[in-house]
Amino acid sequence: MFKNLMSWIEYRLPFMDKMNLHVMQYPAPKNFNFWYFFGSLAMLVLVNQILTGIWLTMNYVPSAEGAFASVEYIMRDVDYGWLLRYMHSTGASAFFVVVYLHMLRGMMYGSYQKPRELLWIFGMLIFLVLMAEAFMGYLLPWGQMSFWGAQVIIGIFGTIPFVGEDLTLWIRGDYVISGATLNRFFALHVIALPLVLVILVFLHIMALHEVGSNNPDGIDIKKDNDGSVVQTEADKKFTFHQYFTRGGKKIIVDAIPFHPYYTVKDLLGVAGFLLIFAWVIFFFPEGGGYFLEPPNFEPANALKTPAHIAPVWYFTPFYAILRAIPHPFMGAVAMFAAIVALALLPWLDRGRVRSIRYRSGLHTANLINFCISFVALGVLGVLPAEGIYTLLAQIFSFTYFGFFILLWFYSKNEKTKPLPVRLT
Amino acid sequence: MSNAPVDHGRRRFLTIATSVVGGVGAVGAAVPFVASWMPSEKAKQAGAAVSADISKLEPGQLIRVEWRGKPVWIVKRPQAMLDELATHEDKLRDPESEVEQQPAYAQNRHRSKKPEIFVAVGICTHLGCSPTYIINDFAAQVEGVKSGFFCPCHGSKFDMAGRVFQSVPAPKNLQIPPYMFIDDNTIVIGEDEGTV
Repeated sequence: MFKNLMSWIEYRLPFMDKMNLHVMQYPAPKNFNFWYFFGSLAMLVLVNQILTGIWLTMNYVPSAEGAFASVEYIMRDVDYGWLLRYMHSTGASAFFVVVYLHMLRGMMYGSYQKPRELLWIFGMLIFLVLMAEAFMGYLLPWGQMSFWGAQVIIGIFGTIPFVGEDLTLWIRGDYVISGATLNRFFALHVIALPLVLVILVFLHIMALHEVGSNNPDGIDIKKDNDGSVVQTEADKKFTFHQYFTRGGKKIIVDAIPFHPYYTVKDLLGVAGFLLIFAWVIFFFPEGGGYFLEPPNFEPANALKTPAHIAPVWYFTPFYAILRAIPHPFMGAVAMFAAIVALALLPWLDRGRVRSIRYRSGLHTANLINFCISFVALGVLGVLPAEGIYTLLAQIFSFTYFGFFILLWFYSKNEKTKPLPVRLT
Repeated sequence: MSNAPVDHGRRRFLTIATSVVGGVGAVGAAVPFVASWMPSEKAKQAGAAVSADISKLEPGQLIRVEWRGKPVWIVKRPQAMLDELATHEDKLRDPESEVEQQPAYAQNRHRSKKPEIFVAVGICTHLGCSPTYIINDFAAQVEGVKSGFFCPCHGSKFDMAGRVFQSVPAPKNLQIPPYMFIDDNTIVIGEDEGTV
C-alpha cells in the first residue's frame, strides 16, 4: 500500500531519486576536516534567522513612532521575546562568523578554482545580499546606531558623482532617514532579500553538486575511467548516483555518501556550534557591545549624533578601507573593489594547484597576509579614524589589495609540490 | 499544422519585435515601482521652509532648527569670532568657498548674509554626522583657532564659517541652506528671495 503510494508519487515527481542524487548517493570526498563544518552551519543559521525573524515580525511595529518601543516590548513583555530577539541579533553575527570561515576554507583549499568559479560567484552574491540584509535589519530597532549607521552607509551612495544626491533621496524616500526609509527597509529585510537569499543558496548548492565538492587536498575524486586509476575495495563499497559517473565515463574514488557520513559529522558541528551560540545568547547577547552597540539602546534622534559611530563588527574591515582613502567617492570605490576582488579570485589566481597543502610557501605567506590584513582592518574599523589608526588602515588596505596583486603575479609560474593521485 | 518551410527571417523579426514590445512594457511596468520610492507628497510638505525667532540669541550662542529633518545651526558670532576667520585661512581647504556649497549671497569670508548671523546645515560633508560646536576650546583641534566645529565620527574640523580644515576626511565646507530674514527677529530657512 505505502510502497504503491511511493511509486505513484515517484512516477510523477522523482523525489527519492533527487534525494539520492543530492543526499544519500552524493559522493563527498572522505577527507573533509574541521573547516567543512561551516557550509552546513551557515544553512543552520539561515534557518534560525528565518524562523526567529518570522516570529519577531509578529510583535514588531515597522514605523518610526512604534519601532523602538515595539522592540522593547518584545524584550520585556512578550513571553520568550528576549530569547527570539537575541537569537536573531546574535544569529546575524554568527552568520558572518561562519560565512567568513566558510570563505577562508574556500581560499585555503582553492575551492574557487576551475571548475568551481560559478559556485564561488553565487557564494559572493550570497555574501553581498547577506550584507544588505544585515544592514537593513540593523535599522529596524530604530536606535541611535541604527539611524546614524544607516546615515553613513546611505551617505556612501551620495558620494557618487552627479547622481549621488538624487540616489540617496530615492533610497531614503525623504530628505532624511525617516519612517519611509524604515518601512521600505523592513519590506526588503523580511520579504525581498530573504527570498533572493534562499534562491541563491539553492543555486549555490546546485552548482556545488554539479561540479562536486572540493577537499583539503584539492584533487578530483572523479577520475577518467581509462584504467589509469582503479577503484579499491573500499571505493566499491558504496553506491553513488549514476549521474556522477557520467554513464561509466568516470569512476569515483575516496568518496563516501553524504548521508549518513557527513550528515552525522555535521550534526557534531551543529552541536558544537549550538553550545557556543547558546552560551553567547544567554551570557553575552550584546557581544560586549559588538553585536548590539550601546547607542542602540537609545531611540533614533536625527539631531544628535553619537560621539563615535562604528558599524557592527562584520562590516568593519570594509568600513576601514572606506575611511582609509581621503576622497569619499574613491573610498567607496575602494570598499566595493575589496569585495569585487574577492569575487574575481578564480581569475586572479592563475594557478592550477588548488590546495594550500601543495602550493608554494609564498602562497601560504600571502594568505596569512590576507588574514592579518582582514582582521587588522576589522579592528581598525571599530576604532576612531584619527592619527596612527588612519595610517594603519591605509597600510592594511594596501596589504589587503596586495594579496590579490601578488597572487596574480606568482600564481602563473608557481613552484608547487607534486599532487597525490588519491586523497591523503 | 502546416508543413511550410520555416521562414527564419520572419521568425527572427517576430522574435525581436515581440522582445522590444515586451521590453517596453516591462520598463513601463517598472515605473510605478521605482517612482514609489521617491519622497511622498507628505514628505515633501514636511520638507517645506521653517522660520525661527532669533531675537533672543546671545552672542556665541548656537540654536538648532530642524529643516527637512536636518539640524540647521544658527549662531550669533561676536566680533572677535568674525575677526578670527581671517587668521587661519592658510589652514583651510577652500577658504574662498569656491565649491558650490552655499547660495551666492553666502560666498564670502563669513559665509552669511549678515556677518554676525551664521546659518549652516549642521551635517558633516564627509558622511553625514552632526559636528559638535566647540566654543573657546578648539585650540586642541587646530592650534591658534579658538572656536569651531568638530565631527566626532571621523574627526573632520570646520571653522566658525563652516569652512573645512585641511587633512580631514570632509572634502567640502558645510552646506549653507537658502534663507532670508523677514524682519530683524525672524529668519526663514529653506527659502530666499530668489525662490519666493
